[in-house]
Amino acid sequence: MIAAYLVLLIPLVGILYFALAGHREDTGKINVRFNGICLLATIWLAINVLNQGTIISSGRAFLIDPFNVYLIVLTAFVGFTTSIFSSPYMEHEKEIGKLSDNRLKLYHSMFQGFMLAMYLVLTTNNMGIMWVAMEGATLATVLLVSLYRTPESIEAAWKYFILCGVGIAQALFGTILLYYAAVQIGDGENALLWSVLYENADKLNPEILEIAFVFLLIGYGTKIGLVPLHNWLPDAHSEGPTPMSAVLSGLLLNDALYAVVRNKMLVDGATDSNMAGYLMMGFGMLSFLVAAILLHRQKDIKRLFSYSSIEHMGLMTFSFGIGGPLATFAALLHMTVHSLTKSAIFVTVGHAAQLAGTQRIDQIRGLIKTQPKIGWGLLIGTIAIAGFPPFGVFTSEFLVLLATMHSYPWLTLPLLLGIGIAFAGLFRHIQPMVYGDRPEGQNPITANLWPVTIHLALVLWLGLAIPGFLAHWFSQATLLISGSTPL
Amino acid sequence: MNIEQLDFYTQAILSMAALVGLTSFLMLGQGRLLRLIFVFAMQGFLLTLTTALAAYSLNNHHLYISAVLTLALKVILIPWMLRREVLKMNMHRDIEALNNKTAVMMGGASLMVFSYYVLHPVVQSSSVVMLNALAVSLSVMLLGMLLMISHRQAIAHVVGFMSIENGLFFAAIVATNGMPMVVELGVAFDVLVAAVLFGIFFLHIRTSIDSLDVDLLNKLHEVDK
Repeated sequence: MIAAYLVLLIPLVGILYFALAGHREDTGKINVRFNGICLLATIWLAINVLNQGTIISSGRAFLIDPFNVYLIVLTAFVGFTTSIFSSPYMEHEKEIGKLSDNRLKLYHSMFQGFMLAMYLVLTTNNMGIMWVAMEGATLATVLLVSLYRTPESIEAAWKYFILCGVGIAQALFGTILLYYAAVQIGDGENALLWSVLYENADKLNPEILEIAFVFLLIGYGTKIGLVPLHNWLPDAHSEGPTPMSAVLSGLLLNDALYAVVRNKMLVDGATDSNMAGYLMMGFGMLSFLVAAILLHRQKDIKRLFSYSSIEHMGLMTFSFGIGGPLATFAALLHMTVHSLTKSAIFVTVGHAAQLAGTQRIDQIRGLIKTQPKIGWGLLIGTIAIAGFPPFGVFTSEFLVLLATMHSYPWLTLPLLLGIGIAFAGLFRHIQPMVYGDRPEGQNPITANLWPVTIHLALVLWLGLAIPGFLAHWFSQATLLISGSTPL
Repeated sequence: MNIEQLDFYTQAILSMAALVGLTSFLMLGQGRLLRLIFVFAMQGFLLTLTTALAAYSLNNHHLYISAVLTLALKVILIPWMLRREVLKMNMHRDIEALNNKTAVMMGGASLMVFSYYVLHPVVQSSSVVMLNALAVSLSVMLLGMLLMISHRQAIAHVVGFMSIENGLFFAAIVATNGMPMVVELGVAFDVLVAAVLFGIFFLHIRTSIDSLDVDLLNKLHEVDK
């Protein structure tokens, strides 16, 4: 349990350190160290869970089970590699005069604040605290979206703040309804603990829980980026600094989906109908298709990939909605590979944009000729996210298709269509960017592509063979969510 | 069941629900920012009274803390901050011309009916009072959203946002006698941080577009134009 407390304590110290300590030249490197230590703590935690199974802290405030433990490690890992990327990237932004020292201080402090909120969402056992932490994640990142203080970034941040704030308020109403249903069966102060709710799920009033789930899905769904609540997402991703886009896409969206799935487990326990599943399938499919089509009409490279995130989050939501063991397993795997691939892509996109001096797709040209590393990184990343074998995204998408064919055969058609449309949408933009001649005056920059290499190698590994302990967690989590194992 | 047969606490809660709902409608049709802020503070005060009443009747001490937090945040700090902003921007004489005032008010009324309709299944499992309280909270939330849609000033948006929080808070107090203490403190902390961030944003928006009219924030589009 000490490991879990450490995971929360380290970013907390980080916030205070960056906020209070005076100016230093190497804040970026210190940020890497904070995230590195935190990654070690999460690995320690993961080993504990592997040996002992589910851990509940003494006051029942924290709960670590196979479902959230791998997300915690993933969060720490993506946070760590993103901070490695962020250190020279932000230094470069400072050199070209886009940022001042004070803003950099704010950036690092809020980076840690965001990590803290993410860990809290994942580790807490209390549905109310989960909401508080989710809102905290918005509050921590909203000033980072407007970090450059351009009119566009302020607009994006305002939209993000208002839309996510109002959206997440719906989730609080859902949580209040959940609590209302829970106090009717007793246990006052502890009634919002997930472990208590889960044990007594069959006694909860199904009508109230169904209404509550609608609000919870809309609330957390705003953060997942489900259509039609997605408007904030491309804006926030494109106007904020790139490391922020990487963690938003790789972590925040996942954690919001995690919150929805936790709530779905309660609703499924209370009701006999598959109402929660159908809602998730509907919203997921809609997001998937709309985002795939919108991919074609983007002019900003970061907006392009944020629509790709919406598309993949839609697919995961859809897959969790189907709800069988195979679909759940596929969704869990897809969460992992998408988050690794997407953060790697945002890292390369950040470098590509610095190289070309713009984020406009029609002005980024000849990446491979200028700096092969960046060009190939972007190309391979895009191949991976589009779902080509042998990368992990292929495996998970294939499993989603299999599960769909099994349960709702006629839905395979729109799925395949969507995957095709998205593939075309990505490649029509990527191909001219990576190939082609090098524009006048475009020179290589200092870029650290280690995070990209490691992420893509992991995705490749997951596509070829899932390591034993991970498969064990996935099937444990599948058992927890869907009631049986896929293997 | 006749209202006279209910106990004093229930009757008081029902009147409070009615008053809180009324303040939401008052805000909806309000074109002057200072009055809007005043009505918002009134709504906060009604919430404080409700919380204190609940704390007294149910002998639940942690609700007193919630009442004090509400008083400090929703009645004093946030209205004060907004008021200062309005005076600084010299907007206190402006009257915002609302398009379709009638349609907005009718829309508000239908949202209230809709809230009752949505929460109707709950009535089978609990008293009529709960239904009223929850439905009023939900409609306060929805009216807050409508307020944000129909007004163009960033200040009105913040009032709408905070009034959504008020609706949630009312639901938590009346339906469940307050959330667990740790959750309530967390929510209050979030509201406080949100209020501070709004203050920072006013500054940024003002320096960026020299106005607080959010209709001017229109540079980003879903697809290229």
